[in-house]
Amino acid sequence: MRKIDSRMVLIVVLALAVPFMTAAAANAAGKTLKIAIVAPSASNDLAFTQSIVDGINAVKKERNIEVAVTDGTFVVEDAAAAIRDYAKQGYDLVLAHGSQYGGSLKEIAPDFPKTAFAWGTAADTFGLANVSSYEAASNEGGYVMGVMAAMLSKKGSIGIVGPIEVGDAKLYVDGFIAGAKAQNSKIRTNVNYIGSFSDVALAAEAARAHMSAGSDVLTGTAQMVVGAIGAARSKKAAWFGTQANQTELAPEIVVASQVYKWEVILRQIVDDLDKGVMGGKKYAITLANDGLVIEFNSAYKLPAEVKQAGLDAIKGIKSGSIKVGQ
Amino acid sequence: MDDLFTSTILIVTVASGIRLATPFLLASLGEALGQRSGVLNLGVDGVMLLGAFGAYYTVLKTGNLFYGIWVGVFIGALVGIFYAFITVNLRAQQGVSGIGIYLFGLGMSDLLFQKLVGTPRPILPFPTLEIPILSNLAVIGEMFFQHSLIVYIAFLLVPVATFVINRTTYGMNVRAIGENPEAADSLGVSVAAVRYSTLIIGNSLAGLAGAALAIELGIFQQNLTNAMGFIAIALVYFGAWRPLGVMAGSLVFGLIASIVLQCKTLGLIPRSASDLAAMAPAIITILALVFVANRFRQPEALTKPYIRG
Repeated sequence: MRKIDSRMVLIVVLALAVPFMTAAAANAAGKTLKIAIVAPSASNDLAFTQSIVDGINAVKKERNIEVAVTDGTFVVEDAAAAIRDYAKQGYDLVLAHGSQYGGSLKEIAPDFPKTAFAWGTAADTFGLANVSSYEAASNEGGYVMGVMAAMLSKKGSIGIVGPIEVGDAKLYVDGFIAGAKAQNSKIRTNVNYIGSFSDVALAAEAARAHMSAGSDVLTGTAQMVVGAIGAARSKKAAWFGTQANQTELAPEIVVASQVYKWEVILRQIVDDLDKGVMGGKKYAITLANDGLVIEFNSAYKLPAEVKQAGLDAIKGIKSGSIKVGQ
Repeated sequence: MDDLFTSTILIVTVASGIRLATPFLLASLGEALGQRSGVLNLGVDGVMLLGAFGAYYTVLKTGNLFYGIWVGVFIGALVGIFYAFITVNLRAQQGVSGIGIYLFGLGMSDLLFQKLVGTPRPILPFPTLEIPILSNLAVIGEMFFQHSLIVYIAFLLVPVATFVINRTTYGMNVRAIGENPEAADSLGVSVAAVRYSTLIIGNSLAGLAGAALAIELGIFQQNLTNAMGFIAIALVYFGAWRPLGVMAGSLVFGLIASIVLQCKTLGLIPRSASDLAAMAPAIITILALVFVANRFRQPEALTKPYIRG
């Protein structure tokens, strides 16, 4: 057998390492980092997509990054095309912001080893060196909201409008129910997953169905809840929001919103890129790392003891004395 | 299961089904008229989106619901003229042209929303219009006579459309052109003029359907219609191109969606089967389409551009 030339080994090793080293060196040297976001709904949907756009804009204020956003990709194939296109264009980091994009990312990422990808809300990195995942521990905020909702409901019934039982929507709903039951074990929690992230009319009718079944406090998650909020507003049912601050949609009924501060984990991802870490990591926003923030609507006359119960729940989750579970 | 059969829940379910059916009914009535004259329009959803945004933006700026409705209708009429020019004068392939209209409506409504409004802002929705005396009747009062004005308009259009199509000279011309435009032309009926008129009226109704949806919900967002326009086209086939049939199809679709919602709310459908149940309206409509539509023949000249020989 021919002896392997040590110079050849060195060349191969360098060739393999160059993409990672150049990306890391360039980032560390203050090169403009190019970040792309592909997201399912509008950038200003007051929900899921807006939360990531707000997050990247917060990071943009702190460091030199170039951001491109493709929103409105409810169709997964459209999102896949956009993800591939950004990778081809040489973007350093592509964020696939939707748990429905995982299958596409798994196929695309191996074709672009020089590009870092992150997707969420999810916890799977597919064992790929250039894929990270991120999620929101939305069950934590959900729990806090559930505690307050159970105290606010005069009829002892809460209605929940969900899209499809996956990702952070499921986490939020499960956390909400846990919080409500912890506060009042007899509270009735009706859940309606409408089977769509985008059917505003159906979300509105789901909210009406909840109210006709006796619910006087409502919550919901995902982009289509704007319809549900409108229906709740017409009957003056209290509303708890999540993903973004939904107060401006109905200031008279929105009690509080769990707001996603994705900038907390976006900073971590970018810092890791600086260090040459392209992927393989899982990130999460939580109440403890201030990636999840409960924003109260000052215009809503929330009884002091209800607000205090919410604040206590936040404190308990942060300290670990309350275990929300998943 | 007993929960579902309480009078309160039954009333709410039927009322909800009627509300859900209304945009489908308006859009499919308009599409049925166009198809009876031989023109297929796959762009209904795009027209609905344009009408929805136009109405929403008008109400947002003026606070006047009626201005919003008229703007939705006007936008639909404009698209109708454009689509008629493409399909009647230019004799373009109707399927592809319709998809073009859809994509234009989808993109343009979102672009205008992003540029002119940005973040979703609520508008005042339609108030409930209680019909005197009838709205006080037990059970049926709340089911049928406590809706917004647009719901009554939509259902009143059904007998009007039936009368126009079956009992007027204009309706006879529409049917004749949809079946045999050469024969109608030989008798002095202007194929182009009639097709222009059906497309203008039909697209106006699609614009009205979009306006009704946006104002009923009190909000607009990207792709608000969620492909309602395509379901409306399917309902035309379901209804065998007849206004009463179209109304029946719209009600079946709306009521099934409403029943599924109520069952999920009451916990009668387990959460594990939730996504499957959400498909029920579409599946049942497709099945009904297979059984019903096969019994009727579509207009003979449907999708065929008319070339004077």
